[in-house]
Amino acid sequence: MSRTGLLLLQVLVGVVAVAIWHIGATVPIGGYFFLPKFFFSTPVDVALRIWELFAEGTAKIATCTEPIDLTRLLSISAPCFGRTVWQHLLFTLIEGLLAFVIGAVAGVLIGFWLARHPLLSAVFDPYIKMLNALPRVVLAPIFLLWLGLGIWSKVALGFTLVFFIVFFNVYQGVKEVSPTILANARMLGMNERQLFHHVYWPSALSWMFSSLHTSVGFAIIGAVVGEYLGSAAGLGYMIQQAEGTFDTTGVFAGMVILAVFVLIIDWFVTLAEKRLLVWQPPSAAGQG
Amino acid sequence: MHDQAERAGTAEPLTGAAIRFDGLGVSFPVAGGGSYPAVAPTDLEVGGHEFVAVVGPTGCGKSTLLNVAAGLLAPSTGRTFIFGAPLAGINRFAGYLFQQDAVMPWKTARDNVAIALEVAGVPRSEALERAQVWLKRVGLSAFGDRYPHTLSGGQRKRVGLAQVLIRDPKILLMDEPFGPLDAQTRQIMGNLLLRLWAGDRKAVLFITHDLEEAIALSDRVVVMSAGPEARIIGDYAIDLDRPRDASEVRLVPRFHELHKAIWDRLRAEVLKAYGEEVG
Repeated sequence: MSRTGLLLLQVLVGVVAVAIWHIGATVPIGGYFFLPKFFFSTPVDVALRIWELFAEGTAKIATCTEPIDLTRLLSISAPCFGRTVWQHLLFTLIEGLLAFVIGAVAGVLIGFWLARHPLLSAVFDPYIKMLNALPRVVLAPIFLLWLGLGIWSKVALGFTLVFFIVFFNVYQGVKEVSPTILANARMLGMNERQLFHHVYWPSALSWMFSSLHTSVGFAIIGAVVGEYLGSAAGLGYMIQQAEGTFDTTGVFAGMVILAVFVLIIDWFVTLAEKRLLVWQPPSAAGQG
Repeated sequence: MHDQAERAGTAEPLTGAAIRFDGLGVSFPVAGGGSYPAVAPTDLEVGGHEFVAVVGPTGCGKSTLLNVAAGLLAPSTGRTFIFGAPLAGINRFAGYLFQQDAVMPWKTARDNVAIALEVAGVPRSEALERAQVWLKRVGLSAFGDRYPHTLSGGQRKRVGLAQVLIRDPKILLMDEPFGPLDAQTRQIMGNLLLRLWAGDRKAVLFITHDLEEAIALSDRVVVMSAGPEARIIGDYAIDLDRPRDASEVRLVPRFHELHKAIWDRLRAEVLKAYGEEVG
């Protein structure tokens, strides 16, 4: 299948889905709309709403008379920038990034540490499994209580999702270093520090990177769910506000923006992955 | 030679056999208690410049002996002496070429070879230069920037060989190193090994299940019996002229005499190993 052929088919699927949606919502079949506007909005309305949101937000910034204060980008009362769709995106982006970075760093460190200390890992094993089994949504209200309505309660929620993915992958990566490569490295005269640097570390990182798509996705999910449950800004907040007023068009607009936002981030992740995992065979890279 | 400066233990003169197993036995614990006696107490000596091949049926504990000589596995009984000194921990005089792929997949071919020097404290730029020299020796000078997954099995083995030899070890331990390769590549690799070995004739302990390969390469062929309690049941000097060509030497009449003599001894053991698997 050629690249353009595949692209055409992909576009076709989208067009058909949107067409079905549009016909269902606007053309009565036997005097009955099988996708009533009130519940499903229409693709045209949703597209218009998205356009309005971005046009309005961009215009607000473009016509701004005051200089934009970069230190107040995350303040909802910031002049010109506050409460625009751009600010909502920035909130979600920053919360997601913080959750990812903190979760990944903690996951790598603790995963490494426990993998190299079998006794510790055996002691902590039931607790880690227990925490991981917990549905994270139930933690959201607790985090709101502890950390307030600002970004940190969302970062915390994203952290609990990212941490376990990275942790389990790094743990596995260290445990499953090929015994032959390890024995070979020992025979080449590597000491513990060199083994760490040249064998365990690259192996663990490769496992972590193979879960990059999943963990970045979960970081965003954490941010959006957190916003949805209690916040004053972000894409989750936007969607929640629209739901509160039965504004289906607003909800769908928020969902489309969120989907495109995640696609763009995923594209960056793929770029990063291609650079970092250049040594892996193509079949193994880019999965997970 | 440049490489010789890095030799481990140049300060002390090395005397005695490169490897000496003294009543060496290995048994492995079995799940559910008890132990499996893999190798019965065995004596074996490998001289300082001797190429010794060990042949035997599959599962006879050949690789176990090698791991003991490498210091990767502690024997249950007996002792190992390396140049007269008892072995404790990793054998620093030895280079080990494994049967499976052992090069680091996250390093390029050149980095894989250079790392063997870097861990010994050689500056990176010098290590890379010398790695390039070794890549050339094993016929991979154009492949230095390739990652292992883009190389063929034979090329990866060459990288492994360069990685082991760049440290100029006194002893080479080889565990069916060419086992996974096809017949032609095996002969090419055999010749490459002979050519590199002829330079300074390191002590070699070469494990293989291929009797022809063993005779073509070595000075001595040691035959092991089928396990459990594998032991040495034959020791044959290979009096073929050197330098040899690993493929052409197979046409010499003396090669066939040796092959027949050793195979007569080996066949019974191979059949025994199969018989036990079937029965």
